Amino acid sequence: MSNFLLTFKSFGENAVLIEWPKEIDETILKDVLHFKSKIEASLGTDVKEVRSAYQSLLVVYDRAINHTKCIPRLKQIYGENFGSKLTMCSKLWRIPVCYEDCFGIDLERIAKLNNLSKEAIIHLHAKPVYTVFFLGFLPGFLYLGGLDAKLHTPRNAQPRLHVEKGAVAIGGKQTGVYPNKSPGGWNIIGNTPITFFSPKSKAPCFASAGDRIQFYPVLFEEYSKIKELVETDAFSLENEVWNG
Amino acid sequence: MVRVIKAGILSSIQDMGRMGYQNLGIPYSGAMDAKAALMANAVLGNKSNDAILEMTMTGDTLKFECETLICLTGAFMSPKLNQKSIVNNKVVEVRSGDVLSFGALKTGFRTYLAVKGGFQSEKVLGSRSMYSGITDTFKLKKGAQLSLNSYAKGSGIKYAGVKVNDSYFNSQTIRVYKGPEFYLLSEAQQHKLMSHVFTISKHNNRMAYQLNELLDNSLDQIITSPVLPGTVQLTPSGNLIVLMRDCQTTGGYPRVLQLTEAAINTLAQKYTGQTIQFL
Repeated sequence: MSNFLLTFKSFGENAVLIEWPKEIDETILKDVLHFKSKIEASLGTDVKEVRSAYQSLLVVYDRAINHTKCIPRLKQIYGENFGSKLTMCSKLWRIPVCYEDCFGIDLERIAKLNNLSKEAIIHLHAKPVYTVFFLGFLPGFLYLGGLDAKLHTPRNAQPRLHVEKGAVAIGGKQTGVYPNKSPGGWNIIGNTPITFFSPKSKAPCFASAGDRIQFYPVLFEEYSKIKELVETDAFSLENEVWNG
Repeated sequence: MVRVIKAGILSSIQDMGRMGYQNLGIPYSGAMDAKAALMANAVLGNKSNDAILEMTMTGDTLKFECETLICLTGAFMSPKLNQKSIVNNKVVEVRSGDVLSFGALKTGFRTYLAVKGGFQSEKVLGSRSMYSGITDTFKLKKGAQLSLNSYAKGSGIKYAGVKVNDSYFNSQTIRVYKGPEFYLLSEAQQHKLMSHVFTISKHNNRMAYQLNELLDNSLDQIITSPVLPGTVQLTPSGNLIVLMRDCQTTGGYPRVLQLTEAAINTLAQKYTGQTIQFL
């Protein structure tokens, strides 16, 4: 750990951008999140937020900073050994998805483009354990890694103006869930009754960077049952501690 | 209570933004021209994070149903209280039944209305800043009611106005730092970016300002990485996009420049067709 060659760049007057090698890789993600925890444990309230992405961290301070002082301090923190002082806890979340035709409006298109049956698409999509690299694009939108190469499908040339909340979709090499109704160009293969973003609750999104996601197919009847429970706040999402 | 008699084009309650939730993909939001918003609160002796009303291009017609003090800052939209002209940057006493209205936009683009003690609207995730999908509403509509605590003025108190230098509205100069991907640009691109005059396109809103002139671009997209308000992105087709307060938390376009905080405030007071130059 902590042995990557990082670059530290000033990003405007009150932020530092830290970059790892230009790759999407789980070892890098682990190091990014580890460094993030170390920064959060070391720096005081003058840090407004530490934001992570695939291979970068953004440290935003609450005022203009002297980069020539802040960057050496960050480098020092990267090299420090925190031992067992930091506990990183990841979870695996199981997400029900209804892949039936009423939701999977682009299954046909993907089937044709990739020369697969609909059943094969559903099987290949529900099989892997996906890694949550980070959240972005929309509140509660998870950037997931681990989509089977057989399912890689170009985005729709003409994005839809309205994609339903909960739509499960494939865009290029990625898969994801639309947390809310929004425009979008990804291919829609199903819908989940689970709410990925609820701004009024204390934890607006259950998942965070480093967690794992697995989808499992449900029939429309079960989808409706779960949706009803979710709407009355009576559904508890299955999860377990992930030590991958 | 304040009742919205007539709503402007885009008016919303804002404070200094929603901090600490960016890892969930939640934008900062907050007053576009933070300087003007802070000024309005300061004149009234409010806290810097008290919620103000941001009005874009046109003002709202508002009926006050309680006594309070108000202050207007930012763009000058020919404000009137009960049909009588009032000025920006001064404390104005308001009584129950008074109607605040606006006329022609004279300078700037966004006006801020602060009330004594701040608007007491819905607070979500630590902030009153309105944002679609987070707060119940994201803009003021006719008939809406805004809560505030009534404030009875002390008798005989004279309120001082402040002399505000609004010249930052008119500055064509937008101060910037090099962005993380600036060094990927060729010398010719860097020169063009820093010497040309760019025009604000009609695609300008709280999320981003696009510029009309293109910058020939051969850069690939980057691996999706954090962006900030004030980040200038360069798209594959050569469009320059200046991100503003409601921007996404991450992006995949090269980040060629980063505006200073002051420059974000200046740009927030500009509109379609006006020109800027990066420095």
